[in-house]
Amino acid sequence: MKAYNITHLRELEAEAIYVIREVASQFENPAILFSGGKDSITVAHLARKAFFPAKVPFPLVHIDTGHNFAETISFRDEYIRELGAELIVGSVQESIDEGKVVEEKGYNASRNALQTVTLLDTIEANKFDACLGGARRDEEKARAKERFFSHRDEFGQWDPKNQRPELWNLFNGKKHFGENFRVFPISNWTEMDVWQYILLENIQLPSLYFAHEREIFIRDNVIMASNPLVPQRDTEVSVKKTIRFRTIGDMTCTGAVESSASTLEEIIEEVAASRQTERGTRSDDKRSEAAMEDRKKQGYF
Amino acid sequence: MTTDTSTQDTKGYLNMELLRFTTAGSVDDGKSTLIGRLLYDSKSIFEDQYEAIEESSKRKGDEHVNLALLTDGLRAEREQGITIDVAYRYFATPKRKFIIADTPGHIQYTRNMVTGASTANLALILVDARKGVVEQTYRHTFIAALLGIPHVVFCINKMDLVDYKEETFNTIKDQVEAFASKLETKDIRFLPISALQGDNVVYESEHMPWYKGGTLLYLLETIHIGSDHNHIDCRFPVQQVIRPQSDKYHDFRGYAGRIAGGVFKPGDDVTVLPSGFSSKIQSIHTYTEELSEAFAPMSVTIQLEDEIDISRGDMIVRDNNRPHVGQDIDIMICWMNEKPLVPNGKYAIQHTTNDARCLVKNIHYKVDINTLHRMEDDKSIKMNDIARVTLRTTKPLFYDRYSRNRVTGSVILIDEGTNETVAAGMII
Repeated sequence: MKAYNITHLRELEAEAIYVIREVASQFENPAILFSGGKDSITVAHLARKAFFPAKVPFPLVHIDTGHNFAETISFRDEYIRELGAELIVGSVQESIDEGKVVEEKGYNASRNALQTVTLLDTIEANKFDACLGGARRDEEKARAKERFFSHRDEFGQWDPKNQRPELWNLFNGKKHFGENFRVFPISNWTEMDVWQYILLENIQLPSLYFAHEREIFIRDNVIMASNPLVPQRDTEVSVKKTIRFRTIGDMTCTGAVESSASTLEEIIEEVAASRQTERGTRSDDKRSEAAMEDRKKQGYF
Repeated sequence: MTTDTSTQDTKGYLNMELLRFTTAGSVDDGKSTLIGRLLYDSKSIFEDQYEAIEESSKRKGDEHVNLALLTDGLRAEREQGITIDVAYRYFATPKRKFIIADTPGHIQYTRNMVTGASTANLALILVDARKGVVEQTYRHTFIAALLGIPHVVFCINKMDLVDYKEETFNTIKDQVEAFASKLETKDIRFLPISALQGDNVVYESEHMPWYKGGTLLYLLETIHIGSDHNHIDCRFPVQQVIRPQSDKYHDFRGYAGRIAGGVFKPGDDVTVLPSGFSSKIQSIHTYTEELSEAFAPMSVTIQLEDEIDISRGDMIVRDNNRPHVGQDIDIMICWMNEKPLVPNGKYAIQHTTNDARCLVKNIHYKVDINTLHRMEDDKSIKMNDIARVTLRTTKPLFYDRYSRNRVTGSVILIDEGTNETVAAGMII
């Protein structure tokens, strides 16, 4: 007798596609939050599969801090052109210029936290009722309790103690006027699943993920790319190293790892042998034990 | 058995299966320690995570690194030292990837266990070897059966504190078996373990030579889950109609959805509900790939040979095997909201991809989940209560019994004022 089994990656893919199609059916004006990182690229790829041969019926939204790596932006523009989708950019610089947020000062200044305001403004201005994101529950402990369909009140806030129960694959997207949802189709994927899927599906990624030579310096045991946005102390001397990034965020807070992994296969081997989580290189999570939980409540990604 | 799980074969992932399991236990049964032990001994803990809990343990004055801290989530939970909400954990061995729905054991959190159990293939129920079977053990066993979890594994924990005695293990096993014989769970296993010491979790115990079964991880890696989906009754709830607005695919009309049961093949004769129109399957695809067959839980797009008016909420089935079609639905519900059920109240109902409204026509009885006793006089259904009710829906649903198919046999009720999900229902 034949066994009707599918592999774990195909099961995760089927679940994610189901969730994305539910979003298209249950909401009037959804969007995909697209950072140019591997997780949101995976979500965009899954959306493409979900509606084929029709086009992805959502615009892609990029919250641009103005502190992105140049590689991320050029990848984003090329990707959107090829997908034939609409790109909507929310600019943190504009939020600063309009006086809605105040730039942090000092050596560890980052626009990471400021993004939340720009994100919520962009959602409101475009009247998005659901935003698809690439967050995963394995990333961080506050995310382990996140739902697939995450309800946000009219202030865009997340209330972790009052979440709707989520049963089977029955997703309740009902909401009052002004409220919206964040939806996370790859909630159940791990970093390894994402990499294996990218290899399986031959998904294109920004060059930052692959080993390359770059000027770097060390701060608090984190390898940072030397760049004009981050003032270096006298003791923080730039050197040339072969590195790659495990996550892609702002130049001000994204750490790199020393690596010679230049192909997807090599990256998977490296991830399998790695003894640090990918967010271990993110200085934004190290600010306090509940840093992510606090940011999420306010409406962060 | 597998001991070294630190390195994953980069090609092996193409053959890995996914096992979803839920964990239940009462307070202090060592559930968090067990999960911590599984993650730690299977080398799924990263250095920075380990360092973080090492530091927390020191701050709190714990003697050992407290593996239970690995599963601590929200700030309120850390402060109170308890789990409030379902948390999801992940780990993998070269054979399988695992998703753990970690649910709190307190009596007031029945609804969380129901949530975690709804998608699980397997339930781990912890029993403290010193205390033996307690009320909560019965409750967890009942909920696992109610939610149709195919496999239930009882971990008799803290065996180190009862001198690893076989008699203790056997007494608990007999007690559980006597209770479980009244339930529908078919596959029940028992394991003597010590999560704290690591006995029979990932590594075999040297202290219990009388136990001949494998370790917990071995069981999780090898238990047969291929039959957990229904591959007999063909059910395809239509999620969305795909009609590309492009010249190339001008005439394309595809029905997108996730297969809920059975095996569909091109050429199959099918019927569409509720219209009752018949057609043949022309093709099945995911993205650009044409499939020769498709089965649960695959997400696909199906094209039919004839142009029929089909929309979201319709169901494609085989001519000779149809689901029940009706508006009077008998269900077991678990109430999940602080606002109690309103007798004769109206709620929104979601079933597969179908939306309707319903009226709670009749409350038959409430279940005492510790004794399985039916309380026919008590009809006040409050949070965490389980009851049998009859609903009248505004339009026909296409359904199967929950015990036959967990996808086409489940519903949720939604409060139309607050939009909150207030109940989980299993069709009888």
